[in-house]
Amino acid sequence: MRKYLAQRLLIAIPTILGVTLLIFIAMRVLPGDPLSAISGEGGGTYVLSQEQLRAARASLGLDRPYVVQYLDWVRDVLRGDLGKSFWRGEPIRELILRRAPITGQIALMAVILSWVIGLPVGVIGALWRNSWTDYVFRLVVTLFMAIPSFWVALMIVLSLVLTLTWRPPLTIAYLWDDPLRNLQITAGPALALGVALAAMMARITRSSVLEVLGEDYVRTARAKGLRERIVVWRHALVNAMLPILTVTGTALGALLGGSVAVERAFGVPGLGLALVFAVAERDWMLIQNLVLLYGVVFVLINLVVDVSYGWVDPRIRYQ
Amino acid sequence: MVVARFFRSSPLGGVCAVLLLLLASVAVMAERLAPHNPLTANYAVTRNPPLGRHILGTDHLGRDVLSRLIFGARVTLLVAISSVLLGDTLGFLWGVASGYLGGRVDLISQRALDVLMSLPALILALLLMAALGAGLSTVIIAIAVTRVPLSTRVVRSMVLSVKELAYVEAAGALGASGVRVMTRHVAPQCVAPFLIITTGHLGAAIFIEAALSFVGVGVPPPTPSWGNMLGGVLAEAFKPPWWMVVFPGTAITVTILAVNLFGDALRDFLDPKLK
Repeated sequence: MRKYLAQRLLIAIPTILGVTLLIFIAMRVLPGDPLSAISGEGGGTYVLSQEQLRAARASLGLDRPYVVQYLDWVRDVLRGDLGKSFWRGEPIRELILRRAPITGQIALMAVILSWVIGLPVGVIGALWRNSWTDYVFRLVVTLFMAIPSFWVALMIVLSLVLTLTWRPPLTIAYLWDDPLRNLQITAGPALALGVALAAMMARITRSSVLEVLGEDYVRTARAKGLRERIVVWRHALVNAMLPILTVTGTALGALLGGSVAVERAFGVPGLGLALVFAVAERDWMLIQNLVLLYGVVFVLINLVVDVSYGWVDPRIRYQ
Repeated sequence: MVVARFFRSSPLGGVCAVLLLLLASVAVMAERLAPHNPLTANYAVTRNPPLGRHILGTDHLGRDVLSRLIFGARVTLLVAISSVLLGDTLGFLWGVASGYLGGRVDLISQRALDVLMSLPALILALLLMAALGAGLSTVIIAIAVTRVPLSTRVVRSMVLSVKELAYVEAAGALGASGVRVMTRHVAPQCVAPFLIITTGHLGAAIFIEAALSFVGVGVPPPTPSWGNMLGGVLAEAFKPPWWMVVFPGTAITVTILAVNLFGDALRDFLDPKLK
């Protein structure tokens, strides 16, 4: 087990290095470096003379060879120095530390919500297969798989504004400082993301439980005369967990992406909103490091999901 | 006939196909169908509610929402179809090559795909939009890139199983060149799963385009897209006009729903082994 963990970590490292390379190529090697994008050449806001441009490049270290720039960036990140926002001069590290708890909390609440809604709906659908309840559940699930989460977010904001003339607060409040205000910020986004995720969860749970219910050991359990509740909970559901777990992992990725647009809809001061503004303003150092953070988190989530397979299903041996 | 057989196998999928065809014709004939010019602002009639002179109301610049929806369909379909075609075709070629050649090529390409898959699709698209700048063609490229790793994986695994079949070995034994074996014997077997993922990706592509345009880094205004129509509401802090939120969102949802249901029906139709 420990060996497997070490092995997986070793594979994760080159992947993350690859992500840094991808980000670097996208942001700096592709035609139009950060400065030309914001100054005259790219039709940007600021018109600089050639000389000013050259001086600015030199002061930012953008005139050095790509290899040097790349190694410099990676070394800085490894040392925990994430640089500064180009426009605000704020250290990116502090920006992340301040905003990450909000985004993380929203993601966590959305996942919990999706389990609380999605698992029962999926299990009931599978147990009462082809009943009216199943049909209605499937209809709702199919619908919610198609509704974009950020539109749900907008509709929530819209109904709150129009009926109660109330808008969620726009400033940060942490759960441990001011729970009430914190929930005003996070509940809406978690709901918008959670229902979309719940639909996905319900769908995979239903098909997974259906598959397991057809297995021999479930028939055996029933033949032994076990109560249906025990058959479902102890035999079927536990064995149906594996695909559900996998989906939770990949869904978290979709959630991390989707939360960007949802945070924009609510105006939540999280990482997603920071990324949106960074891209709109071409704050390149901020983009690089935020995208890298998303990549690292996503890789780690998948790692945790992989490793937890063995915990859920002891039949799986790590070699 | 194939079409009739498809309708019989799944009436719901057939209805969705018709709905999508209708939407496509609306997109093609946008100039004739739209009651107003989608781009001309008219400050005399800003934020008019629906059912007045403008059936679906006007936006904050006095532009007709219905006309913008109709022209938005064109952008949505154009971006979704071309990005999926571009990305999945690339993925198809890559998957066939990687699976058939195997060895070091396969190993390296697998690692490259790992990298592309270790960013959530929307984040990857955001990164590429930051790199390439907002625009219609850059949105298409950005979404296409997010589709490549998924289709490559599917096609590659398909190729790996087809490769072992006797007739492929026979073709090789008869002296067919590698390229010929790939194009004539291996690739055709991967067409059905390829069609299934392609339709599956359409919904995701529509979502990503809408999300990018909504946050303001996708299809740039004034070109109407359903996503940036929703984005226009963000500036309306005090009394957001509900029709600017409800109609474009409904259009996105119904389209994704139709694409998903059509995709499910197509999968059942092409591959009865899967349920």
